Amino acid sequence: MSELPNEVGEEIGEIPEEVKGWLDQVRYESEGEFEVERGYFHTTCAAAENGNPLFWDDKVAEELTNGPIAPPTMLSVWFRPHYWEPGRSEAPLPWKIHFDLKRDLDLPEAVATDSEVAYGEPVRPGDVIRTREILRSVSEVKTTKLGKGRFWVIDAECVNQRGEWVGTETMTGFGYKTRKES
Amino acid sequence: MSPSYERLTIDQVKEGDELPPLSVDVTATTIVLGALASRDWRPMHHDKDFAINRNGTQDIFMNTPNQASWFERYLSDWAGPTGRLGRIKFRMHNSVFPGDTITFKGVVDKVETDVVGCSWASVSLVLKTGDQVDTTFSARIALPSKAGDNPWARRGDDWKP
Repeated sequence: MSELPNEVGEEIGEIPEEVKGWLDQVRYESEGEFEVERGYFHTTCAAAENGNPLFWDDKVAEELTNGPIAPPTMLSVWFRPHYWEPGRSEAPLPWKIHFDLKRDLDLPEAVATDSEVAYGEPVRPGDVIRTREILRSVSEVKTTKLGKGRFWVIDAECVNQRGEWVGTETMTGFGYKTRKES
Repeated sequence: MSPSYERLTIDQVKEGDELPPLSVDVTATTIVLGALASRDWRPMHHDKDFAINRNGTQDIFMNTPNQASWFERYLSDWAGPTGRLGRIKFRMHNSVFPGDTITFKGVVDKVETDVVGCSWASVSLVLKTGDQVDTTFSARIALPSKAGDNPWARRGDDWKP
C-alpha cells in the first residue's frame, strides 16, 4: 500500500505502554477446534482444480510423504473457528491481536495488506494445530489513500500436537482513521 | 511399483524461465466454493447484496486463502508433486469477481542450493485480469536436486524455508 505525506491536523494517539509490552510476547495461544480432516484437502483442491497426485493418490503420498498431507496453503484453515457451536453466542476471531490493536490504538478501521507464510513439517490428517499469536511491530503514524494510522505485523506460529513447527503466518495490517474520523 | 508422475528437478530450471500461463474463468461457484473450503464464512465472499451494499464492491470477491490455493495449484502444475513450498508472500491490489477471466503468469528469479544441500527456486508470480494486476505473489519452492532426491524427506535442521 503506497504511503502519502502525513497531513497536519489529523490526530493519532501515542502507542500505549501496555501495547508496547505486547511486542515479541505470546499474547494468545489457542488450539484448533477440530482435528485436521482429509475431506477438506479434496474440497480445497477441487475449488482450485488442483490435480497434484500428492493430494489424491495414496501411492504417491506414501512414496513422497509417508502418507497423506494437507496442501501447505491450507495452514490457516486449521485455526479458523466453526461458524457456530452450541452454547456459544459469537464465533471467536482469528488474529485477535489485530482487533486488540484497533481498539487500544483507537483506529476504527483496519485492513490486511500483506501475507507471508513459511512452512515447516507437513500437516497430516488427525493433527491438531496450536497457534500462538505474537505482535512483532507497530509502525510510526503513516498516511495512505485509506486514511491515517499505523501498520502492524503479527505472527501466528503454528505447531502440531507433537510440538513440531508446521508453519508461521505473518500478517501485515493497517489500522486507520478515515479523514472524517480523524 | 512406484507411481508415475512428472517431477521437475533443479537442473531443468534456470533464472529467467517463464512458467506456462494458466487462465481461469471465475464464476460465483469458484468464489463461494473456495471461501467455504477455507472456512471463511464472511458474507462478502458469498452474499452479493452484502458485498455491494456494505463493502461497496461490484460483487462477491475471492478470499485470501483461496487465492493462495490457486497460486499453489499453479506452482504445482509446474513443479509436480516433488516440489515443496517453503515460503510464500503476496499482496492483493484488486479484487477478483465472478465473470473475470484471470491469468496466472510467473518467472524464475533465482536458483540456489542452501547450506544443507536443499535446492530452491525463487519465483515471482502474478494474477491478472486483462492487463490489470490483481495480485503479486512470490514463492520459494524446494525442488529435487536430481532424480531420486525428495525435498519432502527433509525435517528439522535440514529444512530451512
